[in-house]
Amino acid sequence: MAYNPFTLEGKKILITGAAGGIGRATAVECAKLGATLILTDINEDGLNSTLAILEGDGHVCLTANLTSQEALDDLVAQLPMLDGFVSNAGVTKPTPVKFINKDDLERIMSINTFAPIYLTQRLCKKKKFNEGASIVFTVSVGGVFTTAPGNAMYGSSKGALQVFMKNVALEMAPKVRCNSVNPGMVNTNLAGRSYSDEDKERDMQTYPLRRYGEPKDVALAIVYLLSDASSWVTGHALIIDGGKTLY
Amino acid sequence: MELKDFIEKFAEQFDDTDISVFTPETVFHELEEYSSLIALSIIAMIDEEYGVIIVGNEMRSSVTIEDLFNIVRSKKEA
Repeated sequence: MAYNPFTLEGKKILITGAAGGIGRATAVECAKLGATLILTDINEDGLNSTLAILEGDGHVCLTANLTSQEALDDLVAQLPMLDGFVSNAGVTKPTPVKFINKDDLERIMSINTFAPIYLTQRLCKKKKFNEGASIVFTVSVGGVFTTAPGNAMYGSSKGALQVFMKNVALEMAPKVRCNSVNPGMVNTNLAGRSYSDEDKERDMQTYPLRRYGEPKDVALAIVYLLSDASSWVTGHALIIDGGKTLY
Repeated sequence: MELKDFIEKFAEQFDDTDISVFTPETVFHELEEYSSLIALSIIAMIDEEYGVIIVGNEMRSSVTIEDLFNIVRSKKEA
């Protein structure tokens, strides 16, 4: 058998936001590397589309609205013991500070920040993690390492999640590791329709590697953090941004 | 919705450009103060005031303020 320190053979991994974008790409890569997956999202059709393209057997989909406390309880009650948890679900709405409103802010914080916190809390309380398990939060460079016009709500939600990640890393050590991936702009449905193609083309030129990321670029970093290849890495924010934050 | 009101709300997103500059024919992309932040403010204003979501490519394709007004009106009526 070929040497592969990144194998996920025998690992059971929960992925949220698995109906598309980085979540779907992560599911695809994890399945290729031998993991058995539990996929969740609010979008049932998208989840089934992800499931249909996965290699291997035994993967399951659980449709859930993670902003509901009851739905979180139901989800956690159905889960097996986990070797990995990828908290990936996220939304944004580019809005200047003066147009922030309660509905938008609460929606963004609920999905990007509160749901991952409540889900992690339940997974820890219910002792769902095996020894050596790994938690990965999809954070962002935005809010943590960069600012951009209209990014206050999203950045605040991700900044809070970044701080949470470090606290989980500390409290769950030595049994469970916890890290984040921090992508720059990735080509997903999240990548703003508020910006014109021309704006995006110009923005891309501010990335030293001269392109936006693809979901797979981030998925493979998540694979590293889930695998035993990163077994001495915890509390780390792994920037994957085509060099954006070099400036 | 009225064009005059729309232009007033459009103009409110600018701080340093004189109100007299804003007319139906104003080519707003060429205004010195126009920026990505002001573009996002205009999109947010249209969402808040008219309940219409304008995407970046629609902002880009609008040459004058009236062009943008017409897009908002047609989306509102749709």
